[in-house]
Amino acid sequence: MGLDFTVVPAHLDIILLGCAWTIGIAVAAALLSFFGGIVFAVIALYAPWIIRQPFRLLEWVFMGTPLLLQLFLIYFGLVQIGIDLPAFVAGIIGLGLHFAVYNSELIQTAILSVDKGQMEAARTVGLSRGQALRKVVIPQAVRDVIPPIGNNMIALLKDSALVSVIGVSELTLSAQRAIGATYRPFEFYLVAALFYYAINLCMEWVQRRIERRIAISR
Amino acid sequence: MDIDLMLRVYPFFLEAAWTTILLSVLTALLGLTMGTLGAAARLSRFAVLRFIGAAYVSFFRGTPALIQLFILYFGGPQIGIQLDAFEAGVIGLGINAGAYMTETIRGAIISIDKGQKEAGRTLGLSNWQSFYKITLPQAGRLMVRPLGVNLNMLIKATALVAAISVVELTYTAQRYIGSTYKPFEMFLLAGILYMIIIYATGRGVAWLDRKVQIT
Repeated sequence: MGLDFTVVPAHLDIILLGCAWTIGIAVAAALLSFFGGIVFAVIALYAPWIIRQPFRLLEWVFMGTPLLLQLFLIYFGLVQIGIDLPAFVAGIIGLGLHFAVYNSELIQTAILSVDKGQMEAARTVGLSRGQALRKVVIPQAVRDVIPPIGNNMIALLKDSALVSVIGVSELTLSAQRAIGATYRPFEFYLVAALFYYAINLCMEWVQRRIERRIAISR
Repeated sequence: MDIDLMLRVYPFFLEAAWTTILLSVLTALLGLTMGTLGAAARLSRFAVLRFIGAAYVSFFRGTPALIQLFILYFGGPQIGIQLDAFEAGVIGLGINAGAYMTETIRGAIISIDKGQKEAGRTLGLSNWQSFYKITLPQAGRLMVRPLGVNLNMLIKATALVAAISVVELTYTAQRYIGSTYKPFEMFLLAGILYMIIIYATGRGVAWLDRKVQIT
């Protein structure tokens, strides 16, 4: 059959639209995973035993099973309990929660490695425990952990391709649509790969800049 | 929770788990091979090989594994590569895992002090001998744990082949979710099996790691 890339430009509009969806989903899921990660970390470290232990079990389940399986659970599971969300929302929740667990692992370690004196000093000047965590400890922990969280976000971008399986019209599914019209899988999947690669390079560039900023501010 | 249903379908999940294990083992073997070759290329004296190694790592770590799998499975026939879904799964995931393992293996090797190799050379060992007898044994010990992390990710990545209809755990869960409308139960069945596989592998890696350390 051979390769013929001249069919690509005619379908570039679908691909670009898919690209926009991929970026939108990745950004939304990234935000969810970042703030969710902080909340999860605080629960895993400070919640009462009766909440903490089941929560840790849940984290363990999330880390020990494939994202694709989790997406099926969330997408079909929500429908089963009567919540009929659009596929892309289920995709964002699935991706966001999955990576929130990984971020939480990082943030937990970082919180524990913030000097104990910081908490004590904050308590001494009259902040409550919650305030001290929120205003003194967590900001320092998060700063330390931004570079590895950046790596998780790059992984999130790539894993966002999985939401095509539950029918979200992002970049991967857009490529599939173009393939449906042209029967040229190699060309369009390669084009999609190049778009992912380009977004990835941009993210790495931003990550390097942020890392430099953090290095200066320290 | 429908325990009855779970008991009825679990033999199919068990069978699917063996496929997942087989996939994981074959993918890991191919990944290790590719990782070794990749690391050798990246550390080579020749600029061309270094470039090929770097391009391999960059592309395969920079694009989704799912897309790589699709290019191989659906696009392969266009360039004369005809594979069935299982073969495409092993080869696609293996090449992908190899890119990650390349970095793990390379990282371990370059973290061994140069002086070690130089000392070997001074004692009259050839370049290859001092790598093989001095650098590699030390680097090998450092590799076990991070390769274990790669292995853990690889096992979870085998779920992707569900998208090209290989009947493994995730595909089986998806099929039974579709036919029974019991997503939670099916997730639980598949999830427990995945966690057993991953837990057992983790213990194996920890054992190997203890075994190779000299303290």
